[in-house]
Amino acid sequence: MSLAATVLVPLLGLLALFTFLSAVVLSLVWIERKFLGRIQMRLGPMRVGPFGLLQPVADAVKLVTKEDVMPFGANRALFWVAPLAMFIPAFMVWVTIPFARDWVIRNLELGLFYVVAVSVLSIVGLVMAGWSSANKYAVLGALRAAAGLISYEIPVVMVALAVAMLAGSLNLVEIVERQAPIYAVVAPLGALLLLFSGLAETGRTPFDIYHAESEVAGGPYIEYSGAHWAVFYLAEYVSTFALGVLISLLFLGGWRGPWLPPVLWLLIKAYAVILVIFWMRGTFPRLRIDQLMSLGWKVLVPLSFANILIAGVQLYYRWPWWALTLMSVALIVAVSFEVYRRVVLAGGKPEVELVPARELRRKVPVREEFKTTKVSSEGQQG
Amino acid sequence: MSPTLAVFYLLAAITLGSAVAVVSSRNVVYAVLALLLSLVAVAGLFILLLAEFLALVQVLIYAGAIIIVLLFALMLTRVEEFARVRDNPQRPIALVVAGAVLGILIAAFLRFSPATQELKHVGVTALGSELFTRWAIPFEVASLVLLVALIGAIVIARAGGRE
Repeated sequence: MSLAATVLVPLLGLLALFTFLSAVVLSLVWIERKFLGRIQMRLGPMRVGPFGLLQPVADAVKLVTKEDVMPFGANRALFWVAPLAMFIPAFMVWVTIPFARDWVIRNLELGLFYVVAVSVLSIVGLVMAGWSSANKYAVLGALRAAAGLISYEIPVVMVALAVAMLAGSLNLVEIVERQAPIYAVVAPLGALLLLFSGLAETGRTPFDIYHAESEVAGGPYIEYSGAHWAVFYLAEYVSTFALGVLISLLFLGGWRGPWLPPVLWLLIKAYAVILVIFWMRGTFPRLRIDQLMSLGWKVLVPLSFANILIAGVQLYYRWPWWALTLMSVALIVAVSFEVYRRVVLAGGKPEVELVPARELRRKVPVREEFKTTKVSSEGQQG
Repeated sequence: MSPTLAVFYLLAAITLGSAVAVVSSRNVVYAVLALLLSLVAVAGLFILLLAEFLALVQVLIYAGAIIIVLLFALMLTRVEEFARVRDNPQRPIALVVAGAVLGILIAAFLRFSPATQELKHVGVTALGSELFTRWAIPFEVASLVLLVALIGAIVIARAGGRE
């Protein structure tokens, strides 16, 4: 192999990948803001460009031109290295992720394992940022990030193992090719486990306790501004997109689908998964840290072991694929009911009733004192 | 010098250099980050030996889990306390023990000289069947040791909580 083939072609591939991922992140930012806006009965960004389409570009320009501030007493070297330490692993994961059968930079034999192992490294960047910022909230956030990662890495690895058992391979291309029917149907439990624990790893609401604004005020990111903050932001969205693509590859049949070209199918599936993630962000309140730990260790970790067990039973006794579906669904129903019974029923009736905004007038009668009080200009001044 | 050899020397230099930084650094957080670098460089050495699976396990277990736990523990301590770590009274003993281990390793490598064997790539399937048939008992013993450590940690943690 010549030098051009060994060095130049992968380098060009990486460059193309970086450009593509940047475009994806811009689109994700726009979609998230629009989608959340719709969920909250707002329009979302509307000013810059048609339908606010150029808003992410404007945000990016603003971030890059902003002054980079480093707090007094911060550890200079680690403070500047931390964003890169988070971004590089988030980007390295993409080396082996296939967009179609031949659209992959390096088709590794251990692709799935590589993705799981390398994505873990980005947490080091978060911890570095938290420690070097010389800020208590940042340290607390870093602590939470480390605790969350340790708890939620186990279900991710176990789900990856179960998928590898079903497919008989760790190669992502082969896993996609061997899905008949797709693994979301064969092993719905695994798909749910990967979604939840992936959300906790990438720090998306409702599992975003490490940078929860209301508790640790942004956590490790608190002291960052401008371009360095943008690198963190980029890494987070790249990881979220990686989660969407990974779920599509492992459970939704990847690039396979009728009529449309394969790459388009993968993107459609990945964006659909990400829309579900944004939907969850708009719907559920953030978990407290103790609830997150309980969910991780008491529900997701045992379930992920059970997932391997039922996959093993199905494979060993050579049962048809729907036997695994039945076992998965039975487990999901049983565990959901148990969690519901312990958390909701044992907690008694909640004192606060949540009412959708559009039903507010019908459900909640306007109180007398609000009816009679006339708001006058003098009253407001006084 | 072939490119592989150049990469080997680079990785070996990173491994040894950061390993020295681990023991000589004043700052414990720097020491842990240097340890991370050293472990990742060892993973690179595994890749050079065509053992990708071992390299990924190295990254996942050491860099992903152990370093995170170390950093987690460091976050719970105060930065000012780190300065005292440098005056550890165990230094001479540690030096003797480390030197002895190094001597034994060098002696072992000189006797067996594994470098003369031809490198061959072993797939993860072959590795797995080898591990669960020929080496099944050592494998299970290793997992038993880990289980004992896990239970011990829980027992110690619970005993501390009751006081």
